[in-house]
Formats: sequence, structure tokens, C-alpha cells
Amino acid sequence: MTDKSKLGFYLLLMPLMLWLITLIVLPHIGLFMVSISEKIGVREYETGLGNYAVFFNEPLYWRTFARTAFMSIFTTILTLVLGFPVAYYIAKLTRGRTKTTLFLMCLIPFWVSELVRTFGWMILLRETGVLSNFLQYTGVIGGPVEFLYNDGAIMVGLVYTSILFMIVPLVTTLDSLDDSLIEAGYDLGGTGYSIMREIVIPHAMPGIVSGCIVVFMLSLGNYLTPILLGGKDSLWFTGLIYTQFITRFNWELGSAFGFLLLALSSTIVFLGLKLSRQSLTETMGR
Amino acid sequence: MTTPADLVCKDLTKDFDDFRAVDQVSFEVPQGSFFSILGPSGCGKTTLLRMIAGFQFPTSGDLLIKGKSMIDVGPSKRPVSMVFQHLALFPMMNIGKNVGFGLRQRGVPASEIKTRVGRVLERVGLPGIEDRQVDQLSGGQKQRVAIARCMVLEPDVLLLDEPLGALDLKLREHMKIELKSLQAEFNTTFVYITHDQSEALVMSDNIAVMNKGRFDQIGTAKELYYEPANAFVAGFVGDANKFSGKVMGIDGQRVTVTTNGGAELSAQAMHGTPSIGADAQIFVRPEAIALSKTAPTDNPNTIPRIVDSVLFNGANSMVLLREPQSGETLQVTLPQTGDLLGLGKGDTVFADWDPAQARCFATEGT
Amino acid sequence: MIPTIPQTNVLKWSYRAYVTLFFIYLALPLTVVCVFAFNDSVFPSLPWEGFTMAWFFGTEAPFIGVFNERSIMRAIGTSAFVAMWVAGLAVFVGTCNAFLFVRHDFRGKGFLYILMLLPLIIPGVILGISILVFASSVANTLEDATNMWFDGLRPGLLLVILGQFSFITTFATLVISARLQKFDPSLEEAALNLGASKWGAVRQVTLPFLFPAIMGAGVVAVLMSFENFNTTLMLVGSDSPLTITMFDKLKHGSTPVLNAVSLLLMIISAALGLLALLFQRSKE
Repeated sequence: MTDKSKLGFYLLLMPLMLWLITLIVLPHIGLFMVSISEKIGVREYETGLGNYAVFFNEPLYWRTFARTAFMSIFTTILTLVLGFPVAYYIAKLTRGRTKTTLFLMCLIPFWVSELVRTFGWMILLRETGVLSNFLQYTGVIGGPVEFLYNDGAIMVGLVYTSILFMIVPLVTTLDSLDDSLIEAGYDLGGTGYSIMREIVIPHAMPGIVSGCIVVFMLSLGNYLTPILLGGKDSLWFTGLIYTQFITRFNWELGSAFGFLLLALSSTIVFLGLKLSRQSLTETMGR
Repeated sequence: MTTPADLVCKDLTKDFDDFRAVDQVSFEVPQGSFFSILGPSGCGKTTLLRMIAGFQFPTSGDLLIKGKSMIDVGPSKRPVSMVFQHLALFPMMNIGKNVGFGLRQRGVPASEIKTRVGRVLERVGLPGIEDRQVDQLSGGQKQRVAIARCMVLEPDVLLLDEPLGALDLKLREHMKIELKSLQAEFNTTFVYITHDQSEALVMSDNIAVMNKGRFDQIGTAKELYYEPANAFVAGFVGDANKFSGKVMGIDGQRVTVTTNGGAELSAQAMHGTPSIGADAQIFVRPEAIALSKTAPTDNPNTIPRIVDSVLFNGANSMVLLREPQSGETLQVTLPQTGDLLGLGKGDTVFADWDPAQARCFATEGT
Repeated sequence: MIPTIPQTNVLKWSYRAYVTLFFIYLALPLTVVCVFAFNDSVFPSLPWEGFTMAWFFGTEAPFIGVFNERSIMRAIGTSAFVAMWVAGLAVFVGTCNAFLFVRHDFRGKGFLYILMLLPLIIPGVILGISILVFASSVANTLEDATNMWFDGLRPGLLLVILGQFSFITTFATLVISARLQKFDPSLEEAALNLGASKWGAVRQVTLPFLFPAIMGAGVVAVLMSFENFNTTLMLVGSDSPLTITMFDKLKHGSTPVLNAVSLLLMIISAALGLLALLFQRSKE
């Protein structure tokens, strides 16, 4: 390398390092440091795992944590099961214009703020909402029914918010599957089921993994949907973090919560990649 | 030579981490000539060309253009232009902008750029296409625009990196003739690299055959074809039948070899005679072999052979012959005349050639 | 399975019905939001009281339209300000990153690349609180050391911009890198060969080639910034962007003015989306 191109290299490296170090690496180290410091007086702290102990000793906290994790996993599975047929339809059963149109229609929710989407579900599901009125009109139910403020409503909202992040990578990978492979499978005597299992799904695996990771992450870190669609006692872990940080101003406990959430999401992402033998670079870097 | 050579390379060498791509290559290209570097892929010819263009720095050796060393001159300052393998026409500019690019870099006034671009496009036979986009042109037109883009800068040397590789066969044949006439028209020194021997043979004044980073031979097309310097050149330039065997007898330049299959053949030794018992290879051009249905008298290479298959291709028809004992095959040009016209599979014919037209080389590496 | 393989009609039609149902599910909430923006009632719910444009242009309480609602107009301005900065920064850093990762080989490249991807898998809330905590501790240290105020590092627009920038840059990097990877390096060499300087070749040949991706990344960055909620929520100060303002209003009971804002947002998004699509098109 000549001196001049070396200079160019360092000039290019600078913004990247500045970004990663000041906005990603140091803040997370800082978060960890705060999470292991306990307040013992005014502006007096000492290092210890007390905040984590609080978490494990208070059932409300760890139950919310577990609940958030399980519901996120459930959302991920539901999104995959609901989204796969649609992605397959778009990728394999449509051509040309129709395909582009359907694909773009899947992207529409992305162009609209999550807040607006959630607001839409509130209008639909509330007691005086469209669904309740519609069912009364058709005579299925006798009086107004509240569909909002329960776990079902949260699921509907979460799936809605994240399904396009499942469909887009699935369509991309399924699109790259050559039709003649499926034809060859039939030609060799395969059934619909065996071809799905042995040809289509293995081929779509990178898309499935990256879709699942993104959906899981988005659900886990979601704040709006559970707060607005969930009931008073359907807690979500991000809500606890918000409360500690903004309402209670207990940053030490809040940081510990944040770190636990980060650890959970990293573990699940790591396990997902390991189990499917994918790498982060391939899955996310597309 | 009265005029100094346009391009001179002296012991040019390029080492990469684990191998030597170009190994002490020396050559001179006189002004206004068409010089080709011919070699199989991976022989180092692209590296050599990129060193001349300035995209790679030689490990050692010197490179002179019009007598001036170019070693410390950056690619944008060298008086050489390059036609890239895939032409590298800028897709975001129209043809006029493409051709005028180099002039704009030199700060030539816009009005002059316009006239010079117009003139050069006229010279390559594409007048008035300045406003077209790159993707509106055919393959042959793109080729000419790429050459115009270089020629408008009036370079001392034009480098061409297998520019015909991407074209289909018919267009390639046509562009060979076109390139040669463009070169005559501009009277600029062309350095052309290719792995296609027919491109090199048709167009070049001089050809260098490159193998494993070295120049095996530099000469005119005729010299390479009829007097190859070694076994590689004999095998690479033109079609040839090749036999391997052991030297059994030497009579002046005449060598007798018994092939591995047991046939006894004679050939002319080139560049020093091999010793008796040494491994040697014999090369015979398909068109140097005469066929007859009756045995010719006292020719040392006459062996009766059986027709394996007839490959009809008009004037370029060939016949594949098999020697019954050794199983060695021989490819022979089949004249579409006389009693050979009806030759069919299984017939027996006599193939013979003048030993002076066959070449014998000691096998390398033994 | 695929069109060339025959299927029974029942299967074919039930598959189609499912896909149709799915798209209805997708469109339903957005449709009701739009429709109720025109309901002549103070609640965005049934019964339908008639068509009105009051929620856009109304001036009398309770029918104060979007264009006359000071807080919302100010929030839109704040959001636009934040989005412009985020998009500008993200595209600049993203372009540098693309050149770095596509053009250079260096030790630790793989590690840095993974680090660059990390913001994609860090939940937005965590990104927000980590930057909040870090900025505050930096501010505390500086204030203790200098006895001056460093309000910029307290929750506010600067932190919101940095927080959004921290993950949107990853998207910009990926989009621009993908385009740069398709660039034929011999184009740049051709420019050098024709006498351009190194920077001249990048400016005249490579950057024009990247332009569609750069614009596309910019539009996506503006949209993501406009829509971002999780990271912003943790970093916001007194000037709140649109999503935060709407969230506050929503918590205190909603009027159709929120529907009207939402509809406007959708129109802006659709326009930006089309713009991004046009840039993608011009790539081909």
C-alpha cells in the first residue's frame, strides 16, 4: 500500500470507528457498569450484583421477563406458520406484475408508523370498535364485547407488526429456488409433503432463520403494542425498563433489566444461528 | 531500426505472495506495429498488461515508453490507453461524455472536446452517436466506442485486454479484420493480449507466446507456426498432432522416434538435437499430412491407418485416423477432392508426411 | 406447489382464499385509520356520524384540525429536523463504510463487520437506554471537571439524532455496500487510464453509479427516523418528535385528529416510498 492509499484507508475507517465505539461499544459497557453498581447513599455507589438479585427475588420482575420471552417465541412461531404460505404463494405461484404488486403490498405496513398500525387495531378491537359492532350487526353477539386489553390482542398486534420481516426474507430465498428442482422432485416420485420437507424448506432455511431472528427481536423489544393493546396487568419487560428509567428514576435497576433483555435476545439469536448452522454475516448481511 | 521502439520492457518481473506471475520478460514494440501477447489463461499476460497500464507495480525490471521510464508514473499520467476486457464504458454517461472523458480530465475546452469527439467517432465509423446511451449500442459498436475513447487522447500505445472475448463467434471474426484496419488507420502501436491463437495470428505483426510467466518465443505469425521454438509453442499455436516417444536414431537434423504406442516416426529436430534414448515429442500439422488409398513408396512415416470418423466441415473437413496396433489417433485435413471424397468409417488409408514438416522436441523436465 | 404441477381445485381455491384473507388482515387497520379521519364525531369509532374535513382544517374546539393544532405541527417540524440530520449522517457514514468493507482488506475486518451488524439485533429500547446512560455519565464527568453545563448530552434532540443514527447507519451501509459490490472496478481503472485522478475517478464514475443506492438509503433513513419510537422514547427531552407526541395524546384518549395525522403520515410515507422505488428502478 502506498502512503496515500493508507491515508485514504484511515479516513474511511474513522467514521466507522467513531460510530461503533461512541454509540455502540462504550454505551453498552457503560450500561453494564451501571447495572452492577448499587446506590448506597447520595451519589455514593458500590459494585455488586444487588440489582440482579432484586430481579430474581421479585416474582413480578422475573415472571414478566419469562412471559415476554415466551410470548415473543410464540409470536415468532405464529408469524412463521402464517407467513410461510403467503411467501410461498408470492414467490412460486405468481409471476411478473402480480408478484411485484403482492410483494409491495406486503411492504405497506413498513411504510406506516408502528404507532399508526397499533392505533388501527385499537379502533378495530375496542368495545365500541368496528369488530364489536360488526358482530352485533350480524347477530353473532348480543351486546358490545371488549376485544382489546388481553393477550390475544397483543398477539394480533405483534404478528401484524412483524410479519413482513418474516415474509420479505422468505420470498427472497424462495424466489431463488429453481422451479425445476421441484419438478425434478415430482418426477422422481416425491409427494407434496416430502418435497416441502426435503427440497423447499432446506433451501429456505437462511430466510427462515433471518426472519425468525428479526421477528423475535422486534417482539422482545416492542413497547408500543403491549402497552396500548394489552390490559392493565399484561406486563411487558420493556415496560418495566421504561418505568425504572423514566418514572422511578432507578437507572441502576433499569440497566440491569436492560442487560438481561439484551442477554436473552443475544442468546436466542446465537442459538438460532448455531442450530441452523448459519452465520450472522450471511443471515443479516444479505 | 531508425525510430526508437514505442514500448520497451527490460527484465520485467512481478512476484505475488506465493508465486511469480511475470518472470523476466523483455521485449520491444516498434512504433506503429501490432504486437500480440498470446498465452493460456493464468500465464501472466493480464498482469503484464496491467503493469504496462500502471495498475500494478513490477517487482523488478524497467518499462520504457518512447524512451522514458514509466516506473514512477501513475496510471493516469502514462501515455498509454487501455481497452478493457469488458470495455468498461461508463454506463452513467452517454457516448459523447464517455469519449470526451479523458479530454475533460486534461482540461481541454468544451468546444474543442466536441469537435475532437466528433472527429474520432467519425474515424471509427460511428458519426453522430454522441447522444446515445451505452446500452443502446450493439457489441461491435461498443467495441469501436471503447477504442475511440482511447484514441481521442492520441496515446503512444494502445493496450487491448482480450476485448473480443465477450462477442459471439461471427462478430468476433468480423472485428478481427476491423481492429486490424483501425490500427492501420490510426497508425498507433497496439499491444493486444489474447488466449485465442487465431486472433493473434490474423492481426499481429509480431506475437509473443507467453507461458508460466515467461515469453517462450517472439516472432511473426509465420515463424511461430512453422518454426516453433519449443514444444509448448508447437502445441499452442495452430492445431498439431502430438506423439510422445523415445529417440531411436539421429541423422543430422533428422530424428527417428519410436512412440509409446510402438510406431516409428521421423521428424526434424529444432534447436539442438536430442540424444539417443531421450524422451521426445513430435508435432505434425494436420494439413502437412498427405492421404492416399495406395501405399506411397519409400516414405519413412507411411503407416496404414483406419478411418475412425469423418468430421465434415466444408473446406475445413477433417478425418480422424487410428493406427491399428498402437491405437494412436491422427487428425488430418481432408481434401474434398478425388477419391478421398467417399472416405468412410472403417476404410483403410495411408497417411504420410515429409519429415521436414514435422517437428521434434526433447520433452521438457526430463 | 408450482403452476406446472396440477392441483385439485379445492386446494387451489382454499390457498387463494387464505392469501386473500391475509391481505385483508394486512389492510384492515390502515383502512379504518384512514376512514375514521373523516368521521364527524369526537371519537374515532362507530357509529358513523357523517363525512367531515374538520379533522384536517377545523378551527373550533372540539373540532380542531391537524393544520391548526400547534403541538402536532411543531412535532412534525421536529421529526423532519431529526430525520434530515439522521439521514444525512447515516448516508455519509454508510457510504464510507461501504467503501471500507468492499474495497479494503485489513486485519479485524470480519470482526468489525459483525460489530457493524450488531445494531440490527439490539432491541431499540436497549440502544436508547445505553446511549442515555453513557451520555449522562459523560455529561456528569465533564460537569464535575469543568463546572460548566453540558445540556446537549442530556435527553434531547441531539441524543435522539445520535440514537436513531446508531442503528439506521447499519441499514444505509448494507444498501450502499450491495450496490458497490456490483460495481465493476475496471470502470474506475478506465477512468484512471483516461487521465482522471484517484478522487476524480471516484467522484465522476463510482459515486454517480452509487447515486441510486445513496438516495434510496437516504429515503429509507428518513422514513425509519420518522417512524422510530422505541429508541426515541428513551432519549426524548422537551421537544418531542411526532410519534412521541401522538403516543402521549393516544394515552389520554384519542380524537379523530390522530387519524388525520396518521393519514397524512401515510401519504408522506407512500410518496417517499414511491420515490425510493423510482431510485431503485433507475438502477436497472
